[in-house]
Amino acid sequence: MESRFRVLFLIVAMISLSGCAATKNLFGFDSREETSPTAEPPGQVIDPEVERREVKEPAIDREDFEVGAFAGIMSIEDFGSDLSYGLRLAYHITEGFFVETTAGYSRAGKTSFEILSGGAELISDSERDLYYYNLNLGYNILPGEVFLGEGRAYNTSLYLIAGLGSTTFAGDDRFTVNFGAGYRFLLTDSVALHLDFRDHLFDIDLLGEEKTAHNLEGHLGITVFF
Amino acid sequence: MSEPSTTIIPSTPQPTKSAWFGYAAAVVLQVFLGAAVFAADDELRTVTVADPYLEMHTGPGRGYPVFHVVDRGESVDVVMQRTDWYLVRTDNGKEGWVDREQMELTLQPDGEQFSFERASIEDFTNARWETGILAGDFGGANIISLYGSYSMNPNISFELWGSQILGNFSNGWMANANVVHEAWPEWRISPFFTLGTGYIHTEPKSTIVQGEDRSDQIGHVGGGFRIYATRRFLLRAEYKSYVVFTSRDENEEVEEWKVGFAFFF
Repeated sequence: MESRFRVLFLIVAMISLSGCAATKNLFGFDSREETSPTAEPPGQVIDPEVERREVKEPAIDREDFEVGAFAGIMSIEDFGSDLSYGLRLAYHITEGFFVETTAGYSRAGKTSFEILSGGAELISDSERDLYYYNLNLGYNILPGEVFLGEGRAYNTSLYLIAGLGSTTFAGDDRFTVNFGAGYRFLLTDSVALHLDFRDHLFDIDLLGEEKTAHNLEGHLGITVFF
Repeated sequence: MSEPSTTIIPSTPQPTKSAWFGYAAAVVLQVFLGAAVFAADDELRTVTVADPYLEMHTGPGRGYPVFHVVDRGESVDVVMQRTDWYLVRTDNGKEGWVDREQMELTLQPDGEQFSFERASIEDFTNARWETGILAGDFGGANIISLYGSYSMNPNISFELWGSQILGNFSNGWMANANVVHEAWPEWRISPFFTLGTGYIHTEPKSTIVQGEDRSDQIGHVGGGFRIYATRRFLLRAEYKSYVVFTSRDENEEVEEWKVGFAFFF
């Protein structure tokens, strides 16, 4: 199996390298042809002296990035629920899709085993710190408006996210899949409030057998577009 | 369950992590302050409506209703842009979102048509910078990678990769620098060939084996495809074969498969 892959790979490599040998613009020796300025047409006698208005246009402020912070509650499976907080950075690619990265912190409490056994600890104090980061793809599935009273309208969006990341918890870095839904409430065109619910899934074998732990998190956040 | 003490994993204090959070918070604070400074700068681009009218929507997206129209000949200020939508302000202070197709039909003060950058398949070939996220399998372990790329020309680019490896028996980090050659960069599905070197750090899981942390140099060869999706978006799939130059007698070989997405700018 492995040798077959190698043969396949060598064939692909040879094909691309043959393309490489043929190409002239390796390392910047670019063959992009520049069109030489054509000579003045012979019939033209009068040189029109029109003063062109040189206007330097101010650049348009692009606000596709969104940065902010959040705080809420994270339920760590078997370890109770605790305060969680973190940071979020998002980039809006289209009106629908965005990519997002979040980094968060929470701290695990005690398992019921630890409480009942009276003092026996499964993990040390520093291992109760839970850090995570995620790289997500999001989609604004239900954009819309809400109305407060008669005179105020705010843009909102319900979005879905899913992605991958890592969670450091109980003495190990754990491959983490997370997904969830959120609600974005735009106070102004550049400031938004968020309400998010996410499930972080990772494998853990701390309590004897390996299992996939569901760690639900709900948080409120504020972000600024820039 | 056996003696609880047997399940206690030796702890390693990690004070640096909270420090990292502090730095990140400082960066965010700076961004907030920076945004305030930008807001003070109030010079806006003005365009004149050349189409019969310009439709202003209540939000930057599909479905938001038109609440105001600006007639031909009137001018509006462009406040900002978000994805394909422009926030414009009329002379009497009304603000609304206009889509790209309509903005294309407005005129700038010099009489030229409104111009803007729009990413296309040509930028897919010619853009200088690219960044993306890939995930996949690294010799049986999960791998998450982030990369940045700089193109010298459409055919040759340099990349820097940072990866986290999360396996059943060990975790680790990997950093790589590599050169990428694309023989047909103008193709929508563009195959590439890559060669590079780097550094890998592995930490065996303390619960399973009593191994030592190792740092080794690695070399790799690989290939894959960059696939243009839309706008400034591309998909990427690749295979790499790594050789880990271990300090033991034998070198290790690791195969890696990854898919992900990237965008260029």
